[in-house]
Amino acid sequence: MIDRVSNQKAWLMVLPVILLVAFNAIIPLMTVVNYSVQETFGNNVFFWEGMKWFEEVLRSERFHASLGRQILFSFTILIIEVPLGILVALNMPRRGIGVSICLVLMALPLLIPWNVVGAMWNIFALPDIGLLGRAINGMGIEYNFTQNPVSAWLTVVAMDVWHWTSLVALLSYAGLCAIPDPYYQAAKIDGAGRWQIFRHIELPKLKRVLTIAILLRFMDSFMIYTEPFVLTGGGPGNTTTFLSIDLVKIALGQFDLGPAAAMSLIYFLIVLLLCWVFYTLMMRSESNTS
Amino acid sequence: MKTRSTIIVTVYIVFLMLPIYWLLNMSFKTTNEILGTFSLWPVEFTLENYIKIFTDPTWYNGYINSLAYVSLNTVLSVSVALPAAYAFSRYRFLGDKHLFFWLLTNRMAPPAVFALPFFQLYSAIDLFDTHIAVALSHCLFNIPLAVWILEGFMSGIPKELDETAYIDGHSFWRFFLKIFVPTISAGIGVTAFFCFMFSWVEMLLAKSLTAVAAKPIAATMTRTASTAGYELGLLAAAGALTIIPGAIVIYFVRNYIAKGFALGRV
Repeated sequence: MIDRVSNQKAWLMVLPVILLVAFNAIIPLMTVVNYSVQETFGNNVFFWEGMKWFEEVLRSERFHASLGRQILFSFTILIIEVPLGILVALNMPRRGIGVSICLVLMALPLLIPWNVVGAMWNIFALPDIGLLGRAINGMGIEYNFTQNPVSAWLTVVAMDVWHWTSLVALLSYAGLCAIPDPYYQAAKIDGAGRWQIFRHIELPKLKRVLTIAILLRFMDSFMIYTEPFVLTGGGPGNTTTFLSIDLVKIALGQFDLGPAAAMSLIYFLIVLLLCWVFYTLMMRSESNTS
Repeated sequence: MKTRSTIIVTVYIVFLMLPIYWLLNMSFKTTNEILGTFSLWPVEFTLENYIKIFTDPTWYNGYINSLAYVSLNTVLSVSVALPAAYAFSRYRFLGDKHLFFWLLTNRMAPPAVFALPFFQLYSAIDLFDTHIAVALSHCLFNIPLAVWILEGFMSGIPKELDETAYIDGHSFWRFFLKIFVPTISAGIGVTAFFCFMFSWVEMLLAKSLTAVAAKPIAATMTRTASTAGYELGLLAAAGALTIIPGAIVIYFVRNYIAKGFALGRV
């Protein structure tokens, strides 16, 4: 990091960004805060309710259930995506035409609109017309993601692995490419094996990008909405109803603005807490390495 | 060793390509064939689905709308993020760390939290159902990201560049636009790619802020799925076409992609 000079006029350069983001962040956030402490019966008549909605949401089993599903989902996909992403990155070619082909093909899922990802997996996994559904049923395993909770859960996980493992892989690949050759030569002279090279050279150097990858993936999976909504609609039953899906159901489906707003704020605070941990970790690793 | 690597990467890429292949396969079939028979390639090959999309204005306008707000958002995000990122990378000022953190929290805000208030906010200022509304709302997560990536790239440029330019008598804005911006053009490319990507794939806000005039392609697709029965072939063709803009963008930035994914901070 370069040392920076003190200059209060820098605020002027940041001002447009602040105005634009604040417009989008603060006004809607205040609307949510406003709803979260009031009761409405329509016609723009509001009654003060205080903390009632917050207590209701924090005590409701429905919220606990979606939060539990959300946490389980986020951890499951991290446990699969991170090792898989590293494995793919380690085996990617470093030079030649293969690099471009790998990068382009791997980045492809990242640039498909999220509802198309959901629709694509729907078509892909349907038991009667989908390739995946046919193949699994053909192997004699009962599989129907629209009716069977376990199938639905596994399909959503598989879809997320398909969608986002490339992000971990490309980040790790960028980290690996930044390791200077002399490190490997030194390891070779010392007679280090493949695993030792990974454990003592590559993994420590990957620490920083992996922090970014893990936390980005954790945070984005915590907000997942469109893909499972299109694929399963949160079903069967509530098996794949994650926090965002539940929130939209309450806010736009039932139009319970108070509870929905309280839930939004609790949800946002959880994300904010995670974000703070993320930021602190990142800054700490930055000051350690420089 | 070498062959094992090739096998691992090939298996992974095949896994990535399978759903896309199935989507393409479906898009060249007629609805009857999709529901009637199961085959790995289209037996009665048809372009009907694609022709429908390219001739029906409700379909192709969806693509035009999406591309319009995505481009608007990308230009807006990058141009306001440039001076801000420069300020963060070169100067210390009151509350800079807190401000940077606050910006990042917005990248992490779940869009589901904001969907309803956004609808009310943009209705109140008469921007509902315009490209500007969607482009502005996507600034919520794209500007923080753009500032973050650009700051990483800018911090990699030695400060001597700035100092030499001032000694040579350049004014700040002249230096910034004529010397600094071209120097970090790779970083700007990567940033634009990311803004394009996140605005192009985001659908929850885009859908709730539009009705008819600025309706994104995604909304057209969902409405078709629910109203016109279950026209899977048409849906598949529309889905397949949404992959193309992304693929073109990736092709152009492929050399910077790995670096950009590390957000310029490797």
